[in-house]
Amino acid sequence: MSTATETIEGLVKQEYKYGFYTEVETDSAPPGLSEEIIRFISAKKNEPAWMTEWRLKAYRHWLTMTEPTWQFVKFPTPDFQDITYYSAPKQKKDAPKSLDEVDPKLLETYEKLGIPLRERERLAGVAVDAVFDSVSVGTTYQKQLAEKGILFCSMSEAIQKHPALVQQYLGSVVPYTDNFYASLNSAVFTDGSFCYIPKGVRCPMELSTYFRINAAKSGQFERTLIIADDGGQVSYLEGCTAPMRDENQLHAAVVELVALDNAQIKYSTVQNWYPGDEHGVGGIYNFVTKRGLCKGRNSRITWTQVETGSAITWKYPSCVLLGENSKGEFYSVAVTNNCQQADTGTKMIHIGKNTRSTIVSKGISAGRSQNSYRGLVKIQKSAAHARNFSQCDSMLIGSKCGAHTFPYIEVKNATASVEHEATTSKIGEDQIFYCNQRGIQTQDAVNMIVNGFCKEVFKELPMEFAVEAQKLLGVSLEGSVG
Amino acid sequence: MTMQPILEINNLHAGVENKQILKGFSLTVYPGEVHALMGLNGSGKSTLAAILAGREGYAVTEGTVKYRGQDLLALDPEERARAGLFLAFQYPVEIPGVNSTYFLRAAYNEIRKARGLPEVDAMDFLALVKTKMKLLELKEDLLKRSVNEGFSGGEKKRAEIFQMAVLEPKLAILDETDSGLDIDALKVVAGGVNKLKRPDAAQLIITHYQRLLNYIIPDQVHIMADGCIVRSGGKDLALELESKGYEAIVRNQLVAA
Repeated sequence: MSTATETIEGLVKQEYKYGFYTEVETDSAPPGLSEEIIRFISAKKNEPAWMTEWRLKAYRHWLTMTEPTWQFVKFPTPDFQDITYYSAPKQKKDAPKSLDEVDPKLLETYEKLGIPLRERERLAGVAVDAVFDSVSVGTTYQKQLAEKGILFCSMSEAIQKHPALVQQYLGSVVPYTDNFYASLNSAVFTDGSFCYIPKGVRCPMELSTYFRINAAKSGQFERTLIIADDGGQVSYLEGCTAPMRDENQLHAAVVELVALDNAQIKYSTVQNWYPGDEHGVGGIYNFVTKRGLCKGRNSRITWTQVETGSAITWKYPSCVLLGENSKGEFYSVAVTNNCQQADTGTKMIHIGKNTRSTIVSKGISAGRSQNSYRGLVKIQKSAAHARNFSQCDSMLIGSKCGAHTFPYIEVKNATASVEHEATTSKIGEDQIFYCNQRGIQTQDAVNMIVNGFCKEVFKELPMEFAVEAQKLLGVSLEGSVG
Repeated sequence: MTMQPILEINNLHAGVENKQILKGFSLTVYPGEVHALMGLNGSGKSTLAAILAGREGYAVTEGTVKYRGQDLLALDPEERARAGLFLAFQYPVEIPGVNSTYFLRAAYNEIRKARGLPEVDAMDFLALVKTKMKLLELKEDLLKRSVNEGFSGGEKKRAEIFQMAVLEPKLAILDETDSGLDIDALKVVAGGVNKLKRPDAAQLIITHYQRLLNYIIPDQVHIMADGCIVRSGGKDLALELESKGYEAIVRNQLVAA
């Protein structure tokens, strides 16, 4: 048995494939944070006064806050004065008018990552907004989408072109006072994606944002806002990578979703930020606030996430179920290996009548990593006949990792029903031997077993993403059994 | 006989930490043969199966095992499987979420790759699998389910025999496949084993009870006690065992020795 245990302990040596750095001239703010820096960022982006004011309000509020310490992760406090809050690839003129004007090096970067932005190489049916460090470098398919009335552009562009929508919805789901990192983001966010689906329109293609951190010592603070008007439907994908560096970099994003009557939003993430090396040096701190508001009746928001990267992941994509009969769903696979730490889960806040929520969380821990599920199901007094079903399964690979579950349930209406199921299993030597005896080698067996474990979540992912997610899982766990 | 044996075990001594389980076990199996290995619990039958399949945790201290002329003990478990050695498990494990057909195709293609043959795609494989299902009179929904997940004891054993039918091993070791089966399931399993008999392949059937041998006719029966074979014979030996009991046979043998 002892050899098999060692076997199981050996499995994670694959180098981070996206760890390259792109040599581009950047236009950066000096490190540190102050009202001047915020005004600098706002001025750089040529923002209207209301935007600058909002940022400053957020900043002033942030100054009164302290960092949260309740999460089950350990890390030294980031020095917020040592972070560069604005870093953008330098452009010859101002903003590029079309993809032809984008620095070819940036396009190359995205091609290396497998995200073709150029017209002729575009993936059929996926519109991409690519964010490089702090700014959006190009959004594809804008014209085709515009014909349907769909707005899909960078947040900076939305602030200029669609100020009414931005003013109406920005901060309406995640207010600038929400939490330490969300407030910081509100003060300094530099770009992100914006999407508006008009009444009755079903978005004909998957929309996608690809985030890339490139510059050293810079933070990435993007802000995404998606609104689906009455009867609108959209499926949105988000992917992320970063170069390998010895220091930790901060990624503190905010995503807000608003679904009006009968609208549906599906937001899928494959998060593969640099996780640090096997000794825990470097890697991204991924402290993200994602929240969706099911504002209208019969609306539906689905979060699907596959989290394999980052040194520390700290995020709880949540749904506020305000509209009657609205539905929130959360499907998550979180993999941690080596020294990674993840404290992730969801919050389902039931306010409207007959609201329903489903939570399926699969945590996989390998190496010396710590993987926690933290979830809140809250049924307000007004939420008559609300229903929730939660299922949290953990799988351990090896004997030095940890899996933890922190469920919080608050029910204030007696007609509600809340179910919670949780399991923890260890990837069995018996299972691996069984596969070996059928001719399947250990690494393939582990991939197969882990993929089987995650199946309920993978089937919720858009097709192309599901394939990518499976591969990613294989890479993340390579060497965790050997 | 000039034919090369499929399995040649010679004076095998093996055990776990500080405990010797096999004490000079020898057995030779030729192509086309069906051998039954019988014995009480603790006589070392399942240990032998585990060592032949390459399970970790056992130490071989003496003796050799040759499989089709090569040193079996030098191979990894997956190499043994790819070379045509199949173990029908006494307790098949569940692998939740992994589709049975997908799993079996992965196994099948590993064996083909090892033989230098091209891999079979999902459609062709499905056709192959369906013919085998008919042969064993199995329900097709089995293919859609996860590997052994939620299967009854009988279904698990049938599924093992089904895998064996698809993978067409050169040497199949059935480790107490009959245990825990009701009579109908026993007949199905035995019927499958009989149909899978081939002149170029052999079967080693490990069992505690004689009743399986009402349906499978072995060429040789071996009785094992305390880590080695104490008596070998034809199919009548199993019947003798049934009427006299293990104790009498084992004791007589030891006295005779």
